[in-house]
Amino acid sequence: MSNISIQLINLFAAFLLMLAFAMLAQRRVLNLVHIYALQGFTVVAATSVVAYVTHQDHLYFSAVMTLVLKVFFIPWVLHRLIKRLNVRWDVETLINIPSTMLVGIVLVVFAFNLALPVSRLSSSVSPGTLGIALACVLLSFMMMITRSKAIPQVIGFLSMENALVFAATSATYGMPMVVELGIALDVLVGVFILGLFMFQIREQFESLDISHLENLKEG
Amino acid sequence: MSQLLSQVFATLSALLLAPLLLGWVDQSRAWLANRSGPGILQPYRTLHKLFNKESVMADTASPLFRFVPYLIFGCMLLASAIIPTLSTDLPLARAADAIALVGLFALARVFLALAAMDIGTAFGTLGARREMLIGFLAEPALLTVLFSSSLIANSTALKTIVNKVSQNEFTIYPSLVFAAMAFVLVFLAENARVPVDNPATHLELTMIHEALILEYSGRHLALLEWAAALKLFAYSTIGIALFLPWGITGGMDPQRVILALVFLILKLALLGVILALVETLSAKLRIFRVPEFLATAFLLGVIGMLTHILLGS
Amino acid sequence: MSPLLPVLVSPLLGFVVLAAMGHRVQGRNVNVVFSFGTFLAASILTVRIVADGPIFALDGQFFIDSLNIFLVTLTAFIGFTTSLFSRPYMRIEEERGKMTPNRMRLYFSMYQLFSFCMLLALSTNNMGILWVSMEAATLTTVLLVSVYRTPSSLEAAWKYFILCGVGIAQALLGTILLYMAAQRVILEGENPLLWTNLNEVKFLLNPVIMSLAFVFLFVGYGTKVGLAPLHNWLPDAHAEGPTPISAVLSGLLLNVALYAVIRCKVLTDGALENNFAGHLMVGFGLLSVLVGAFSLLRQRDIKRMFSYSSIEHMGLMTFAFGMGGPIANFAGLLHMTVHALTKSAIFYAVGHAAQKAGSQVMENIRGLIKVSPTVGWGLMMGTLAILGMPPFGIFASEFLILTSAMRQLPWATPILLLGLGVAFAAIFSRVQPMVFGETTVKRLPHSPALLPVFLHLGIALMLGLYIPGYLQTWFIQAAKIIGG
Repeated sequence: MSNISIQLINLFAAFLLMLAFAMLAQRRVLNLVHIYALQGFTVVAATSVVAYVTHQDHLYFSAVMTLVLKVFFIPWVLHRLIKRLNVRWDVETLINIPSTMLVGIVLVVFAFNLALPVSRLSSSVSPGTLGIALACVLLSFMMMITRSKAIPQVIGFLSMENALVFAATSATYGMPMVVELGIALDVLVGVFILGLFMFQIREQFESLDISHLENLKEG
Repeated sequence: MSQLLSQVFATLSALLLAPLLLGWVDQSRAWLANRSGPGILQPYRTLHKLFNKESVMADTASPLFRFVPYLIFGCMLLASAIIPTLSTDLPLARAADAIALVGLFALARVFLALAAMDIGTAFGTLGARREMLIGFLAEPALLTVLFSSSLIANSTALKTIVNKVSQNEFTIYPSLVFAAMAFVLVFLAENARVPVDNPATHLELTMIHEALILEYSGRHLALLEWAAALKLFAYSTIGIALFLPWGITGGMDPQRVILALVFLILKLALLGVILALVETLSAKLRIFRVPEFLATAFLLGVIGMLTHILLGS
Repeated sequence: MSPLLPVLVSPLLGFVVLAAMGHRVQGRNVNVVFSFGTFLAASILTVRIVADGPIFALDGQFFIDSLNIFLVTLTAFIGFTTSLFSRPYMRIEEERGKMTPNRMRLYFSMYQLFSFCMLLALSTNNMGILWVSMEAATLTTVLLVSVYRTPSSLEAAWKYFILCGVGIAQALLGTILLYMAAQRVILEGENPLLWTNLNEVKFLLNPVIMSLAFVFLFVGYGTKVGLAPLHNWLPDAHAEGPTPISAVLSGLLLNVALYAVIRCKVLTDGALENNFAGHLMVGFGLLSVLVGAFSLLRQRDIKRMFSYSSIEHMGLMTFAFGMGGPIANFAGLLHMTVHALTKSAIFYAVGHAAQKAGSQVMENIRGLIKVSPTVGWGLMMGTLAILGMPPFGIFASEFLILTSAMRQLPWATPILLLGLGVAFAAIFSRVQPMVFGETTVKRLPHSPALLPVFLHLGIALMLGLYIPGYLQTWFIQAAKIIGG
């Protein structure tokens, strides 16, 4: 197993973490979509390297699927959605961006701590990347919570799924093909449904501010 | 004996090359802006002009005001001398501890701020407050960058860091990638470059570094300008030592030292062009966005350290 | 041909057909036909299992044993009766202008697709496919909850999607960790994601990885079970979606999610020495019982109230399975069955009651007995059944759970009794004026579907008094599989 490929996987993992933070720091929605596409590309690169190192051909197929779906198709759909909904607003946050970043660091430390005993047992090429994938999941989750508009929440959800695919690739050399196809299909359908919803929400509420969607209460 | 000679040679080359680096960056900016520019040697001409002018001081100036330019110049010269620019085996290189360096820069900053407030004008105090704000945030960021490198080399001595990275075979350290990005941001903030502060501005309300030296003239101003150039030089060489150390020799014989000098000049030239490019492509940040800028640097540094702990590289 | 195949093919075919013609008048009848076909196939499968025991299908990818056979039949049965209920209910909704023909097409086709996803989740042997089908079931119900396109239904559907989507993502992480643990012990050539393979080697699975995996799986699938504190989507989804969907959600989807949790628990118990999984389930089960019971006091909307009742009962079931032991497991399985039947019966009655009154707010529904005795009595009986009145089945299962708790976890018994008591008081005090007293409700233009209500209640009553031999055997065998 060549040293340089392991370092490349580690580098891509670090890149993914940086992109997750970059998403938290963004103020404009279009930049979020571009970062999401970059994230997808990093996952594709990492999957290809793992495929090359471990000689598992089905990972190449998975990489191609991720490329087509998450680097080209879904960002294109999101782009069109943003244009048709005409929502180029600034991202509105519930807590300001520097505080979000600080909480993000705490989450990263927590995730690394959680993953450390598991990484030591992992027999994969790059055991440390499980902690990074877990940290990216938590960061995307935080992005979903602290954004009050629909599209950043959706992108947070998609990037969480990206981080999970990366976790699967690095920890277990990908899942069986059937499962990966199923996951990809679910994500695709999910994006469509969300897109559909955003139109409906906009129609009903004339705005995509999620705080409008907080009227259902007890009693 | 040759040790002492090499050390003096390294110090002198730092002293003489610093204004050249400054001139090169300014000239590159001019070329990128499609102007013809004042020439690479302009800082030398400025220093010569200033040393020959009379130093005029306000009546309210205290002895501190008179003495600070020498202190600052001394600090920056010391910093440039102890950083392993040409060789890691120079006698003063043993004093080049990462934390000591940060302390040296902090010392210079404190006294400069005090001197700016000394006269009692509004602009001086304004500049001092802004400078301290930036320093307060940039220092931890710089420390995290240095710690990331120290974790890899198991020591905070710069010469050990240089040896570790340059002597072993080429490895990609993800933590160093993050540290490098953080270092670039801190570099821009500490040296008063766009996007934090425009060094060529003449509008006092937008100044940070320039406002601190607004009251100085003559030889004092010359020393402060030279010190600023030395600071730029020192930061560049710290960056080169941490991230691009190939070419810095381990020994002290004169041929290797001169070869190291050639490498250094090449690397500085390249960095100068990149700096000019970054300055031309960015717009100056509004003051209240600067803390965010530096918080990003701090964050990247911390992530670098965390990735090292997790991934082991 | 495996007897399992028609069970899965029928709803899938129904989805395709109804996607094409669901907007026509005959759409609702076609829906009933396909649901009946699924039920018939499930019955044939049941007969086969009674005769031959557990079977595999499709090269080991599907596995039916005593744990999921009764759930498969239950799902098919309730799917069928709900489609019977949908006929008049959705017809009235359409006439009142709340549904358009296109949305009816969406409704019927998604209903069949949802049945398919649930049956797939129940019958699959592959933990990865289990995840995929749970996620697909979430997606279909999101579309179904929002079918009225009102602001509040969009809000409910969005919250449902986001919350359950996040939960399911945690479950995916858990599945990945499970796969990681499995890869280390399963031999080459065998599929490491098949539950039967994992069940054989569960004692070899690494405890550190498995405990982390179970936490994520529990959080993920537990969100879909409706366990507190991740239950916020449940009341909104029940209240804002069409009533048949509330019935199916409460009766079926929560059960399938709990089934997923149970399968994971079996593997985790084998890997870990301590009762970590059981403790987690006991804790969150009790929490859900309390949260559900006390939230009942504040409700004004009838469907929200019964959805909190579902949260309470799912908490009770989780508690029972967490406690473990042959009696508690048996009770939990029995409770799964009767709760599904009773809750869906209640929702059928509630649906028509709300339609009669024109509102879901309980204050506006009064005196059902006077206008429509069958709906009134159906609601009354259903409420008594769900509150644990003998001789209905819920009394039997709650009794068994309480007695096992008194023996195994005595400190939990007062908490359970408190929860059950509060629920009784809250629900009964609300339902009593709705059924008796001065009436404000009107007649419906089409006769309500009352056969499903009394059919379900009748079966629940029967199960309270007598459990058929084969069902008993399955429950006992399944209880042994669950262990603890």
